[in-house]
Amino acid sequence: MVQLTLPKGSAPKKGKQWPKPDGAKNTKAFKIYRYSPEEGGNPRWDTYHVDMDRCGPMVLDVLIWIKNNVDPTLAFRRSCREGVCGSCSMNIGGHNTIACTKGWDEIAGSSITIAPLPHLPVVKDLVPDLTNFYAQHAYVQPFLKTDTPEPEKEWKQSEEQRNELNGLYECILCACCTTSCPSYWWNGDKYLGPAALLQAYRWLIDSRDEATGERLDDLEDPFKLYRCHTIMNCAQVCPKGLNPAKAIAKVKHMMVERVA
Amino acid sequence: MTTNFKTPTAAARGLGSAKSGTGHHIKQRVSAIALLFLVPWFLYAVIAASRGGFDGATVWLAQPWNAILMILTLGAAFYHMRLGMQVIIEDYIHKAGMKQGLLILNTFVCVGLFTATALSVLKVWISAGL
Repeated sequence: MVQLTLPKGSAPKKGKQWPKPDGAKNTKAFKIYRYSPEEGGNPRWDTYHVDMDRCGPMVLDVLIWIKNNVDPTLAFRRSCREGVCGSCSMNIGGHNTIACTKGWDEIAGSSITIAPLPHLPVVKDLVPDLTNFYAQHAYVQPFLKTDTPEPEKEWKQSEEQRNELNGLYECILCACCTTSCPSYWWNGDKYLGPAALLQAYRWLIDSRDEATGERLDDLEDPFKLYRCHTIMNCAQVCPKGLNPAKAIAKVKHMMVERVA
Repeated sequence: MTTNFKTPTAAARGLGSAKSGTGHHIKQRVSAIALLFLVPWFLYAVIAASRGGFDGATVWLAQPWNAILMILTLGAAFYHMRLGMQVIIEDYIHKAGMKQGLLILNTFVCVGLFTATALSVLKVWISAGL
């Protein structure tokens, strides 16, 4: 059977209650997943109280506020803080999203839970190990492949052909979709996952690419592609509003077109 | 704990693409389309046939069209079930040996159920002597 529950050493326990900030009138509680490989032991849920009057509007602002004012040991990835780099993806209030574009006022309830992306090994606190995710992305060879000698100036594409790439090229590789997919949880070692498959379709549909058949060959597999059961979590969580499930359906459509 | 020295690329490539799966995908959709028509007929027919008691039901089932549609429904349903159960086993059962064993058992059970139920329909049809 697949492992449906966390192994003993990975189940989070009750953690530390950090003190409320002095003189704060408007505070909110944040329950944050903490794990340190140096300290060892099980992960824990620490509760931080944030002075919302002195904190920016996004969940990333909250994390930075905690790191600056309460606990400098809290680890998380971040870079652009405007939804372009995909670094700060995590599970906020039960949904995968990127912390920099998620407003803390959008999440109901007296306390907000923040955990790393689900079903990945945790490096530290909110930092998951994305090695397999990137290797799977590389598997689909996300670059233009051609045999025709390169034109002097550029590979031409009509406006309509370019429009085919809309809704695909915007992916920021945050891994929110892939790690929200139950099929990926159970078979992530073999199933490529929504992000890699969306990217695969982005190159399959590119009018300039000449390796369509090869690409389809590499994808045609009961696990690599056909583990997608149209659960649609991917489309629901994508912080860029993309629809990987639709892209995967189109890849399957191309597969069928090839044989029937 | 053993250390895994496999590179991420080797892990992602795994055993490579099986170059299959599209056939299964098409078969599952086609049997679903067949069931889309057959299941409503089946529900309507079974309710209607059950009104006449056991004798009424056997007379109803002995009608050629009813027997043909019934066998088609059984065929499509058990075939679709075999394909669906295969996916569920592949999703959740990872233990080598157990997975393959269950996949074989799945085929045997579905073929067995179809044979038994189809033969029952044929028996009613033949016994009626039409």
